Order: sequence, then structure tokens, then C-alpha cells
Amino acid sequence: MTTFIALLRDYTFQTVALGSALLGLISGVMGSFAVLRKQSLLGDGVSHSALPGVVMAFILLGNKNTEILLLGALVSGLLATFFIISIVRNSRVKFDSALALVMSVFFGLGLVLLTYVQKIPNSNQAGLNRFIFGQAATLLKRDIMLMAICGSVLLALILLFWKEFKLFTFDSDFAQSLGFSTKKLNLMLSFMIVVAIIIGLQTVGVILMSAMLISPAVAARQWTNKLWVMVLLSSIFGAASGVVGTAASSMVSKLPTGPAIVVCISTIVMVSVLFAPGRGILHRLYRRKRNKLLFKMEGGAPNVPSA
Amino acid sequence: MNNNATSYAVEVEDLTVAYDMKPVLWDIDLKIPKGKLMAVVGPNGAGKTTLIKAMLGLLTPVSGAVHFTNESEDLRAFKNRIGYVPQSGSVDWDFPATVQDVVLMGCYGKLGWVKRPRKADMALAQQMLKKVGMLEYATRQISQLSGGQQQRVFLARALVQEADVYFMDEPFKGVDAQTEKAIVLLLKELKENGKTVVVVHHDLQTVADYFDWVTLINLCVVASGPVNEVFHEENLKKTYRSTGGLLRSVV
Ligand SMILES: Nc1ncnc2c1ncn2[C@@H]1O[C@H](COP(=O)(O)OP(=O)(O)OP(=O)(O)O)[C@@H](O)[C@H]1O
Ligand SMILES: [Mg+2]
Repeated sequence: MTTFIALLRDYTFQTVALGSALLGLISGVMGSFAVLRKQSLLGDGVSHSALPGVVMAFILLGNKNTEILLLGALVSGLLATFFIISIVRNSRVKFDSALALVMSVFFGLGLVLLTYVQKIPNSNQAGLNRFIFGQAATLLKRDIMLMAICGSVLLALILLFWKEFKLFTFDSDFAQSLGFSTKKLNLMLSFMIVVAIIIGLQTVGVILMSAMLISPAVAARQWTNKLWVMVLLSSIFGAASGVVGTAASSMVSKLPTGPAIVVCISTIVMVSVLFAPGRGILHRLYRRKRNKLLFKMEGGAPNVPSA
Repeated sequence: MNNNATSYAVEVEDLTVAYDMKPVLWDIDLKIPKGKLMAVVGPNGAGKTTLIKAMLGLLTPVSGAVHFTNESEDLRAFKNRIGYVPQSGSVDWDFPATVQDVVLMGCYGKLGWVKRPRKADMALAQQMLKKVGMLEYATRQISQLSGGQQQRVFLARALVQEADVYFMDEPFKGVDAQTEKAIVLLLKELKENGKTVVVVHHDLQTVADYFDWVTLINLCVVASGPVNEVFHEENLKKTYRSTGGLLRSVV
């Protein structure tokens, strides 16, 4: 207990926990829209596509500042998204195929560039590796500030265009028939999701970022039938697993933070899928059994409750 | 010319639409008079949905144009006068929303960007839900609706738009006989209020009962005009001929 309180007082812990919480919150909100738009894979695609941007920024500017590298990640992430959207819009290739295509090209390019960087004499590329596997311990106060600013902008946009995003996500044709520009809405929402993904790269890395985007939303969907509750719950799940994951990794030696966070959110997903009332697997089983029993006892009288 | 502009709600000129290389609508010329209840009739894959989407501007045509009356105003004001009931299969009904949420979406066009629905909009949504007989379902999650109920929710959403011209893609699909009667009464009421209603319809038996104008379509417009003039055996044969041929070629 005392170690736990000492931990809470620890400055590094506070920084990392705050950063992870912010990351969880932001990806929880944006992930809800990604999941509802059936674009769960976007997280995977964009985070992988960010790699060449990170390495390129390093090669061109010779600088390992987080802001610079994240800027590179953002540019190549946006570029990849733009390619995906254009391919879907202008050809008959479906979203998932377009994504896989763009993602593998970008990630391949990133790996090639990474090998090239390794060959440059006395360039230690440890600073770049943190974007692949994520290193929450490297979070600095400046990084937190950056996350907080980006997060506030994203949240403000979501609140402002809540009605439009909801309409567009549910029925984009109808949105267009009402005179809303679905092209703009699609670009805006996609770019916001990309920003959320890029923000998380440093903490959980390219490989686990897609889990951070999807899991809170999938878990939240199990508990509610209202969009705003889903988004709220999703952000809470994300933030909570950020904090809990960070705490776990500080108390257990050699447990890296990113994976700890992902294990934590995955646990929430499992519990939600199993136990949530209404949509949970157990509840469905229980309901079926109860109905069967009622049916047997009351002999299929017309008043058998249909839950 | 000016006279024309007032008597037609929609004018379609030389419209050709293609998804791939092959056009699915070919050189459509169509004039829909104001205040009519018009059926669009044709076999599966004739291009009925495509025609409606093209008229709504959801698809970019290869060539041709669609004109509405007084469309010179700004885009939003003019879009607000067009109502749309999509095929109910076109959305994911597992979306986290209630019936009322979906019906309220009908007023989003009037509200424009950013503004939220007010009390008056809620009341309107309730009123339209009542009209389609779904008021007691207002707070129900949309994933728990039957196909016919989904259809009625979309109808209520379009009514909330309070448009001048309505496009409805198979609003009678999966609807029971009684509800169908009720919806027809609704459509006739819209017509009496001077609205123009375009309905994709599959049941040939009821066309003469429900509608006063009809367009027969299969890739091209086979015929378009008052029901008692153009809705006869010969035109129907022409419309459904190609599918007949298709069926025979499969055998
Ligand atoms: N998204 C699409 N991409 C490619 N082809 C399409 C697409 N949608 C429709 N088609 C094709 O265009 C043609 C017309 O389709 P449309 O949906 O307009 O038919 P419809 O008259 O509405 O048929 P139904 O009565 O079955 O609803 C069909 O041959 C169909 O295969
Ligand atoms: Mg159709």
C-alpha cells in the first residue's frame, strides 16, 4: 500500500500515467467513430503507414525531437489515409483492400528507410524504435502538453459537429441528400482519427495502436444503445486502462507500459463481451435458457415474455 | 419556357449514369409534373434506385442534368425542399440510436451545420412518428425493429423534412397490408398538400389504385405519363421484356 502511495507521488509516474490516460481518452472517442463506420482497421493501417514519415523526418531534419518525428508520422499517416479514400472513391476497390495495399507499401518503405538509417555511421536509432514498439517511459511534460492540446481540439470538433458526425456515420447518403458535404465530413473525420492514432504512437507503438483505437469502443458498445453514452464510456475505458496499465508496469519490473495498457483494455473488452446486460454472451445464454424454461412450464401460452 | 418551369417539379435531361463501363441508365429524359403521385416501375436492376440517387445528386452522372423548380437559390435552401426515403437495407441498423434519434435526423437539413434540434423539432418528430403509427416505439433501439417498422421510421424521418418533392425507394417493402393502406393515405395527403411524391413500386396490381402518374423504366424510360394512358399491357411487356429474355437465356 505504501509503495502504491509512493508511486502516485512519483513525478515520472504522474507524467506517464497522465499521458496514457490522455491517449486512452482520445483514442476512445475517435475509435467509437472508427468502429461504427466499420473502419476498425484504419488504426492498423495508419499507424503502420506512419513509420516512413517518422524515419523520413529523422533523415531530413536529423533531429529526434518528438514533435518533429510525430509531424513526420502525421504527414505520412494523412497521406496514406488520403490515398485510401481516393482509391475507394475512384475505383471499385473496397476499403479494406485499399487499406491493406496502402499500408503494406508504406510500412515496407518505412522498413527500407530504417535499414538505411542504421547504415549511417554513428546514428543510434533507438529513438526511432520507440515508435514501433512504443516507450511510454520516454514521455516528457512537453509531449503531454502536445497531447492535451491535440486532444482538446479533437474533442471540441466532436462536440461542435456532433450532429453531423452522427448523421454521417449512420447514413451518409441521407446526409448528402440534406446538403451536407459528405466529402468534407469524411475527410474531417478520417483526419481526426489519424491525429488520434499518431498521438498514441509514442506510448503504445505502431503495432498495438490499433488495439487502443478499437478496444474501448467495442467494449463500450456492449453496455449501451446510445451514441453519446458509448463515446463517453469508451473514453473512460481508454483513460482508465491507460492509468491502470501504467501503474501495473511501474510496480512489476520489466513489464512495458504499452502492452500493459493493451492487456488492461483487452480485459475490459472480454468482460464486456461476456457479461454486459443485453448484448453480453452470458446474458444471451441466460435469456435463452429462461425463455425455454418458461415455454416448457407455461406450455407456450401466448404471453411468453419475449425479451 | 417559364410556364414549363412552374408546372414541373423535376426535369431530367439526357441523363446517363454508369457505375463501371456499362451504363445502367441510358439517356433518360423525364418530366415530373408538380403535385403528382408518381410510381417508378421496372424489373430488378432496371436502374430505379440509381435514377433516384442521380436525381438527388448522390451519384455523378456521365452526362445530362437534373433540374428542380426555383433551384437558383442557394444549395441548402433547395436541398431542404427534397425529401428522401432510402431503401431500408442501405444502413446498418445496429447503430446505437433510438427511433426518435433517427427521425430527428430529418430536421438536420433545416438546422444546417452545428445547430442542435430544439423542442419544436422534437415535437415535429413525435407528430410524424404518430402519423406512421410508431409513437410507442419512440424510445426503442433501432436494432430491435422489424423490417416494416424500419421502413416506417425512414418514412417518418422524411416527413420531418417537410419537403416539397419526395423520393421514396420501395417504401412498401416488407410492410403489411394494413400499414400499406395507411402509408398510401399518407402519400395521398402529401399530394393534396401540393407535394410531389416519386415512389419506387414493385406491385403492379396496385399501381392504378395508388398513383396518378407512372414512369416505366428499364435502362431507358419506356413510358412516362398518366397511369390511365401509359400503364397498359404493351408498355409493361416492353419494360419487363429484357428480364424475360434473360430468364429464358438462363434456362
Ligand atoms: N454500387 C454499384 N456498383 C456497380 N453496379 C451497381 C451498383 N449499384 C447498382 N449497380 C448495378 O446497376 C444496375 C441498376 O441497379 P439499381 O440498384 O438502380 O436497380 P433497381 O432498379 O433499384 O433494382 P431493385 O428493384 O432490385 O432495387 C444493376 O444492374 C446493378 O447491378
Ligand atoms: Mg432498388
